[in-house]
Amino acid sequence: MAWKDLLVERRSKETLNALLFFSLALLFVFQFALGPDRERLAAVLPGLLWLGFILSGILGLGRVFLVERENDCWEGLLLAPGDKSAIYLGKLAGSLVLMLVVEALVLALFVLFFDVDLGPALPGLTLVILLGTVGFSALGTLFAAMTAQVRARELLFPVLLLPVLVPVLLATVKATEAVLLREPLADVAHWLKLLVAADVVYLVVGLLTFDFILEG
Amino acid sequence: MTRLLGWLAALALAAGVIMGFAIAPREATQGNVQRIMYLHVPTAWVAYLAFGVVLLASIAYLARRAPAADRLAHASAEVGVVFTGLTIAAGSIWGKPTWGTWWTWDARLTSVAILFVMYLGYLLLRGMIDDGERAARYCAVLGIVAALDVPLVHFSVYWWRTLHQPPSVLKPGAATMPPAILAALLVNVVAFTLLYVYFVAKRVRLLRDETEALA
Repeated sequence: MAWKDLLVERRSKETLNALLFFSLALLFVFQFALGPDRERLAAVLPGLLWLGFILSGILGLGRVFLVERENDCWEGLLLAPGDKSAIYLGKLAGSLVLMLVVEALVLALFVLFFDVDLGPALPGLTLVILLGTVGFSALGTLFAAMTAQVRARELLFPVLLLPVLVPVLLATVKATEAVLLREPLADVAHWLKLLVAADVVYLVVGLLTFDFILEG
Repeated sequence: MTRLLGWLAALALAAGVIMGFAIAPREATQGNVQRIMYLHVPTAWVAYLAFGVVLLASIAYLARRAPAADRLAHASAEVGVVFTGLTIAAGSIWGKPTWGTWWTWDARLTSVAILFVMYLGYLLLRGMIDDGERAARYCAVLGIVAALDVPLVHFSVYWWRTLHQPPSVLKPGAATMPPAILAALLVNVVAFTLLYVYFVAKRVRLLRDETEALA
């Protein structure tokens, strides 16, 4: 499943391209909103970074199941033999990879445009981004499946997702802040633990409840 | 049965008002403003109770597929959202003279506000799905996710910042309230709990009649 989605994505590149241009536009908007003051920019950078990830993530994840709908494959998913949670994991893996690629590129754009030096912070930053993205995609995939068959889905998906994601958001922004300030990871251990806990909770709930969403 | 419950709730509420305004003494430092607590604390308790019931009813629905469980979740979520709103409003009115501001991004305020938005989303999702059975399934999943998210929200927001006064009743060690104030508070908690049960019973019945009328 993941393989199929990634293959489709690699062939068409439509989501990835659109997301990249979207993030680029976001960067411009951030820049215009904040003005050229470098210090202020540095202070809000972690928040901006995650705002960028979240916004492009919402656009990307919202599409995960629409592809199936547009191509009339929804029934195929419903009738697929075996465990439905395999579909969940497949979709999750697909969106996780997509998100990580987008995030890596957004990060590169941030370095380019805002002239931040990430070098020494990179390992810690990677860990935080990885943990945050797993939770984000785990919940996002579940909610995307839920809203795919609903009226006003583009609207409902972020409305449902954002408040539930608050813990992940707070934890990632705080941890990113600390990492960018070169603080040792041990200082933000409680945030990392919270992220791990959130990842586990969302994954387990997703696996257990996905069956009920793909019933009809 | 429901009617009896309604009268009981009304009676308890009247007792709560009398206890809160007449019997409980004026608080020394905050003055009469403190009496808002007799509304604020019970509504907050009912809100959490309501969302707990949503969780249990959601699990029950997914396990048994009984429409009654879904109706219970639906009714409880609606009442819970109303009471969360009341909690926030009453807290705001108390906060203005006491903290000098209607709203601050304190840990507990923030987590209740997030709870409010989360369950508003839950009701929105219900409204957006026409097929009753699917609405029940999706909302049950969301009800479970939202409830499990509550502790995560709580900790994240708590570490983020806190300013709220620590809980006064449910905490380790003896309560620090004078007995008259504590009694008034507990009477109001009971009264609002009865009111919650009454509202939910009424709403469940209304939902059942609705589905029967449409069937």
